[in-house]
Formats: sequence, structure tokens, C-alpha cells
Amino acid sequence: MARSIQLKDPHREARIYSARTVAAVLLVLGMLGIILARYYSLQVTEYETYRTQSERNRVQLQPLPPKRGLIFDRNGVLLADNRPSYMLSIVREQVADLDATLAELQQLLPISDSDIANFRKKLQRRRPYEAVPLRFRLTEAEQARLAVNRFRLPGVVVDAQLLRYYPHGELFSHALGYVGRINEREVLELDESDYRGTFHVGKVGVEKYYEDILHGDVGYQNVETNAHGRVLRVLERHDPVPGANLVLNLDIRIQRAATEALGERRGAVVAIDPRTGGVLALVSTPGFDTNLFVNGISSKDYSALRDSLDVPLFNRAIQGVYPPGSTIKPFMGMAGLESGLITPEYTVADPGWYSLPGDSHKYRDWILRIRGTGHAPRVDLNMAIAESCDTYFYDLARRLTIDRMYDYLRPFGFGERTGVDTTNERRGVLPSTRWKREAMAQPWYPGETISAGIGQGYMLASPMQLAVATSVMASKGQRRVPRLVHSINGEPVEAPVLDPIAAPDEYWQAIYAGMLEVVHGKRGTAKALAKDIQYQMAGKTGTAQVIGIAQGAVYREEDVAERHRHHGLFIAFAPAEAPTIAVAIIVENGGGSSAASPIARKVIDTWLLGETADG
Amino acid sequence: MGDYVRQMPDQGSADLARRPGLATRLHIDVPLLLLLLVLTVYGLIVLYSGSDSDMGAVIRQAQYFGLAYLGMFLIAQISLQRIMRWAPWLYLLGVVLLVAVMFAGVGAKGAQRWLQLGGFRFQPSEILKLVLPLTLAWYLADRSLPPRLLHILVCLGILGVPAVLILKQPDLGTAVLIAASGLFVLFLAGMGWRYILGAVVVVVASAWPMWMFVLKDYQKQRILTMLDPESDKLGAGWNIIQSKTAIGSGGWEGKGWMLGTQSHLDFLPESHTDFIIAVLSEEFGLRGVLLLMGIYLLILLRGFWIGVQAPTSFGRLVAGSVTLTFFVYIFVNMGMVAGLLPVVGVPLPLVSAGGTSVVTLMAGFGILMAVSTQKPLVPR
Repeated sequence: MARSIQLKDPHREARIYSARTVAAVLLVLGMLGIILARYYSLQVTEYETYRTQSERNRVQLQPLPPKRGLIFDRNGVLLADNRPSYMLSIVREQVADLDATLAELQQLLPISDSDIANFRKKLQRRRPYEAVPLRFRLTEAEQARLAVNRFRLPGVVVDAQLLRYYPHGELFSHALGYVGRINEREVLELDESDYRGTFHVGKVGVEKYYEDILHGDVGYQNVETNAHGRVLRVLERHDPVPGANLVLNLDIRIQRAATEALGERRGAVVAIDPRTGGVLALVSTPGFDTNLFVNGISSKDYSALRDSLDVPLFNRAIQGVYPPGSTIKPFMGMAGLESGLITPEYTVADPGWYSLPGDSHKYRDWILRIRGTGHAPRVDLNMAIAESCDTYFYDLARRLTIDRMYDYLRPFGFGERTGVDTTNERRGVLPSTRWKREAMAQPWYPGETISAGIGQGYMLASPMQLAVATSVMASKGQRRVPRLVHSINGEPVEAPVLDPIAAPDEYWQAIYAGMLEVVHGKRGTAKALAKDIQYQMAGKTGTAQVIGIAQGAVYREEDVAERHRHHGLFIAFAPAEAPTIAVAIIVENGGGSSAASPIARKVIDTWLLGETADG
Repeated sequence: MGDYVRQMPDQGSADLARRPGLATRLHIDVPLLLLLLVLTVYGLIVLYSGSDSDMGAVIRQAQYFGLAYLGMFLIAQISLQRIMRWAPWLYLLGVVLLVAVMFAGVGAKGAQRWLQLGGFRFQPSEILKLVLPLTLAWYLADRSLPPRLLHILVCLGILGVPAVLILKQPDLGTAVLIAASGLFVLFLAGMGWRYILGAVVVVVASAWPMWMFVLKDYQKQRILTMLDPESDKLGAGWNIIQSKTAIGSGGWEGKGWMLGTQSHLDFLPESHTDFIIAVLSEEFGLRGVLLLMGIYLLILLRGFWIGVQAPTSFGRLVAGSVTLTFFVYIFVNMGMVAGLLPVVGVPLPLVSAGGTSVVTLMAGFGILMAVSTQKPLVPR
């Protein structure tokens, strides 16, 4: 204080202070003005921008995938179920460094490169706030490992999801088909909004054919989330509509009987109820476990299935087309009767072979090799069917000509898809001069008509087509499109009805008589089936050549490699007086029809006499 | 001696003359007290929402306020002469403690700011916030004003030592506040405009060397982030983007108390401490912001008025500096949350949760009240 040189002037100091205070107040007002202007610009001028941003922060639209419809057999046995499964997903928006997160996850649990490739593809199509699945079917241990590390992995979510499960996977593999993960091509085809939140789609079979019905309608919810993406509450919710449940006409008992009867052999069984068109059994062996496909089959499993010589992925019942062989004869018989070229009493001389006038080529009857002679000096329609006389049908075919044969066989469903409600059906071939001209650019040769008369040559039919034709036969010309599905959510599905084949009852009876003789006659080609039988079965055997047999050569089964042996075929319906089941069976390389016919007996026994299904 | 003087009837203050009696005898400035109480209640209401309806946090904060009001009341009883006498010794104590922090301090997140004394933790820098303006006012009070260059340089030295120590902790926010509080004393003392202009030039010119040699990386990052928050959306920019979104989405009317989505859904960081103005802006809108600024402005004006009315230089300088420092809190906090200023650790005065700043600020208001109720000093 003593150092002060100047005297203090309190009044001057107070004046200076007041002036500085005024300056300070002005400064304060100015700076508060700046702050206020800033808040005004944020809260008023840019209000809309920030309000939108805050809404987007807080509200997320989440899809609610519908529950896929269940599938039951006709007895109510569950064939396709939904079971909870845990999957690992990533919300892109919440992950700072995706590569690091993926690498970290790979340390925690096995994630294949293909999982990651798949994930990245999907990532491009989903919005950043949507969870994109990375791995399915987490084990409990994997879930626990994720839970422990969750705090380090923002944006990584574990969701429970319903996954398809097939309790009888292999038994119904070809009948039901399966669902699988939506692939790139399907992403483009499917309705994006419908499948938001859904990761699986029907790939083949009933699962694909009825995809729209099984899938249901997607729902959504607006949820409020916090900064970590956790859902805090649901603001608005539109429930998904679950997919419809399907009850199939298939009967697990028949399906099982047919599969067991086929055993290790390759083959197919189709059974149809001729009264309704309902498909009671659709079996193709070998089958495969459809559950493998639900979440992306491993490449090892897939190549095993794909490369197997038995082609288990091939649905022989609808994709396999075979020469029908002698199973065509009852239908040829109807064609003969309808055309008026034959009557039940009409006979043909049978020396064991047939030749065209002015042609030395001998079309042999199969009996010639065994007896050295024909079935009988003169053969009528009944015997021709019962004993499967080739000569009779060679003669009928020649007189009918190929194009009229086409006209009469076509209504039985040969040469066109049956329209059964599943995927990948093939149409086979019902030859005609026009067909050959168009398909092969060649004229029709008369000799080809002769072999067509016994179901050889160009003609090809699937077991499904044969079963449909047998069903038409059993119902005396009533034509129905076969249906796997019996009802949708309890609403019965009627099989579409086509124009019937109008033919006099006695024609049908004549054919039935011959087919009954096949099973019940003394010289029937399937007379072994009649042992202890409790009902009347009408049937027809058939054999389809796999390799051509040179003129004059003899086919001896033991000489031929297993895969070059004849296919065994059999068609049947029962009970003959009021048929409720029509079946078609093929056993590949079975050697002959005797491989196939016992299967028909087992299938029909199960249907007519079997216990109720146990599930 | 002081007590005797203070017992004398007051004739200098018209304000107090109208209300002789209790308030005067208790050294309470009633308008200021009422404004502070309004602000306290407003702050606690916002805090309840900002802490996500944590009643415990509100009660804790109310307890701090209780303590702070008590402190304010006690400080107001101390005579200004005594405060003036204590100032240099408190300053020396503060600087010693700051040095102690450098060697024995504890801290978090790379900053050493606290001293641990038994179970009690405190920041010596808080003491300096109050003591530095007192010390400068003490130094200048007996000198003829406006201060001459020599005195200004001495003041800068007094100011510089703690400021640099705190900057080294590092605590940029507090260093800025302390430096500002000291400079305000010089400004109010009438430091020549040419010096002020010169200082501004020096500051601008030193910006580059500061950037290169003084500022830590994280401090630079804060400044860069403030300039362009979008550059680091999920990192440092996140806070600013989210707080701007909170403020902007409040609009004029606000989303309503407890209905702020940004804060309640965890988008807003530090929603009950440094960023609480964003909660207020989001929930009460610009209306709420204007109300808060109105209360603040009235407090500031009252503070300036007390300063102008003060009979001594020391009282004037202290009152003005305390008031301006309070304003710096407001400006820096509201500016940084709105993205105008870099994010430094400055709370919104008397609203942000936290005991230390409330106690310090209220102690400042205690001094202000002591100034407002002091008698005109009879020259010794």
C-alpha cells in the first residue's frame, strides 16, 4: 500500500468501474444473444431436421415374421413342425467396425466363410438398422459364450426364431419337399416386404407349391429403442397372420409300408384314392433327411447326396419317367374297345410272335422265350391282359395306328403333367407322328407302333402318371387332378375334375375282368399276390427294358449288370367292386414285375386292412 | 473491529434501507437469494428427468444445495476486510495444493485433478476459482486504478501460475474459467483498452503455437470434433450430434417433462451433468431455454448491480468478477452443448448434477452477498 505513488481517487474508480460494468453487461448481452441465436436456429429453424433425426434415433420398424403353417398327414400326424432355434444376427448400424466384430465372433464360435459371404450379400439388401442373420442353430454353449461377451459386441443380437423341423424327414422327403434359406435368386423373386424377417422359403414339393399359403402375412411393429438398440417398448403393432395349416391326403401308414417294402431298392410308389383324387402315398427311394436342408446343408452332405449313384435327390415318383411296359395293356384294351376294333370276344392267333405283313422282322412275345410257343392258339382280351400277351396288343396297335392310340390314351393322362400339387413334375412322352416329327424331326415308322402297343419304344410315363391312369381306370373314367393336400386350415380342397371318359360299363368290366385275372387267375402274371388275399385286386404287371436286346438275343438276368436289369412295374386298384385305392409302382432294375407287385399288396393291405395310424 | 462497523445502521444501500432488519442483519441479499432459489428448483426439476427419474440423485443434489446454501450464508457473514486479508494466504495454499496434485494427485481418464485426504477427495483448482479473483482484487484494491502496466504484469503472473498448473493436469475447462475470472478483475479495474486489444492480438497470434505445443491430442480432438462432428459419428462426434438433436428436436414447446427421448433412451451422454441443458431444451423447448436464460440474466444483472453499489474497490472488483465468471460457466456450457464451442468440462451452473461446482458457485454468491451488505467503509 505504501508503494502507491498516485493517490487513490474513489470517485474516479467508481466511475471507471461503472463504465466497465456497462461494457461487461453489453458483452454479456451480446454473448447470450449469440447463444440464444444458436438455440433458436436449432430449435426453430432446423426443428424439422432434428425432430426427424430424433424420431429415427428412437423408432425402428421391425418386421414380425409370420409363423409358417404346419403340415399334417390325413390322420393328423404332424409332418412339418416349427421349432425354436437361436440365431446370431448383426445390426449394421450399431457396429462401429464390422470386420473387427466378425473376426471377434469367429474367435468365439465357428462361423464359416460361406456364412460370412452369405451375410455380406444379405447386408446389402437390408436397412442398416435391421438385424441380418449370420449364424443359425446356435448351441447352448455358443449362446452362453455370446452372452458373456455381449457387452463387448454392440449390435450383435441373438434371436429365437422358429425353424422348420420334419419329424419324419426321410419318410416324406419327396412327398413334402423342404424349406431352405432364401438364396440370392429368390431374394429377387420374392416380395421383399412379405419376406422381411423371414429367412426361409419352400424350395421343392408341397413346401414350395403351397408357399403362399404356408407363409402367411408378415406383421410389423414400431419399437422404441435406446442408443444400444435394445427394444424398450412397442409403439404400434400389426400382428402377422400365421400361415395356413395343411392336412395332406397322404397317409403315414401307407407311406411307411411302401418305403419299407421298397427297402434298399431304388423305386417309387404312388397311391391315389380314385374317389377323390387324393394322393395317399408318394414315395421315392432312396430319400434323404430334409432337415439337412433347412439351414443350409453342408457342402459335404450335399455332395454326398448329389454324387450318390442312387440320386436320392431325384424324385422318381414325379420326375422319373419310364417306359410303362405291359402296364399300358389295360389302357390299350380300352382303346381297342372304344375304337370298336376289338370286342371282349375278339381273338388273335398267337404263335408267340408277330410280324407286319411283308416284313420278316419278328416281334416276339415274351412267352416265346419261356415256352417256345404262344400263350394259346387264339387269345382273347381277358387272356391277353391276364397273361400279358404281347402278340394281341401288337396286332391291336397295328390296326389302331399310333395317332389313334394317342387319342385314346391321352385322356388317361399319359404324355401330360397330371397337375399334382407339387413341383418339378415331368410330363413323360405319349408318342404320335406329330410328336416324333416335332421332337425328333423324323417320320413315324410302322414298326414303332408295334412296340408302342406294349408300352415300349418312345413312350415314357412317371409313376404319378401311371397311378393317375390307374385311378381313372378304377373310377370308370372319372378324371380328377391328383391332390396331395386334403384341406387348408380345415377347408377341404376339392380335386379339380376333368371331362370324364364316357365308355359303356361293359368295356370297363371287360378290362377289370382281365386285371382281376392277373392277380386271381390261375395263369395270372401276378397270381402270387392272391395268396391269403381278403379282397379283390385288379392289377397289371409290367417290365421296362433298360438296354435294348438284339434280335434273337436272350436276356438273362444274371448276365446283366444290376443297373442294366429291367425295371419292374406294377399297377393295381382295389377293392375291384368299389375301388378306394389305385397304385403304381416301379422298382428300378428290379429285374421284372415280380419285384414291384408284392409292394402293391403291402400298400393296399395297409390301406384296406391296416391298423389306425400311430404317428 | 469489522463486526462493530457492521452493526451500524446502513445508509448506503437504498435496497437494504427499505428492508432493515432480518435480511440485513443476516447479510442476505433477498433478490439474489430468491433468484437462486428459483434456479435451484428449476434445476432440480430438470435433473429429475435428466437422471432418468432417479429420486436419489435429486435428493443427493438437494443435499449439496443445502450444504452450498449454508456455505454461502456463512461466507456472507465474513467481513470483506477479513476476506481481503485471507485472500493472498488462501492463494498460496491453493498453489501449493496444485503442486501437490502434480506429484500426489489421483485422477481418472488421464487427468490428475484430485487430492485424496482420508476419505475425502477434492479439487484444489476449485479453491482457485474463488481465490484467484479475490487475490487480484486484494492486490489492486489499494493501488490507484486503472492499473498501470507493471501492476497488470504482476496480476498476470498471479493468474498465470495456477492457470498453467491446472492446464497441466490437464483440465482445460477449469484453466479457462480461472484465467477468465482473473482477467475480468483486470478488465473491471479499468485496464486500458489498448492492453485489452493487445492481449486479444497476442491470444490470436499464439493460437498456432498453443495448438502445436500446448494442447493435448484429446483437446485438439475436441476442437476438431466441434468444428465437424460428422467426421467421427460414433466416436467423439456422437455427443455433439446427439445433444444438437436433443436440443433441436425440442422445438419451441419441448417434448414435455420426462418425455425427452434423446435423454431417456440413452442417446444423450452425460445427460444429468454437463449436457443437462440438452435435456432441458428437449423437454421444455426454446421456452424453457428462455426461462433459464432469463433467470440467469437477472442473477447476472443483480450481481453487476451489487458491484456498482459496492463502496470499496475490493468489493466492486470481487463482485464483478464473481458475476462474470458465473456468466462464463453459462456461456461455455450452453455453447459447447449446442456445438458452438469445444467440449470442455464446464457444468451448467447450479443445474448440472455435482456437488463441487455447486458449493464453489454458491460460495461465490456468498462473497457477493457479503459485498452487497457491507457498510461503506470508513477510511482508516
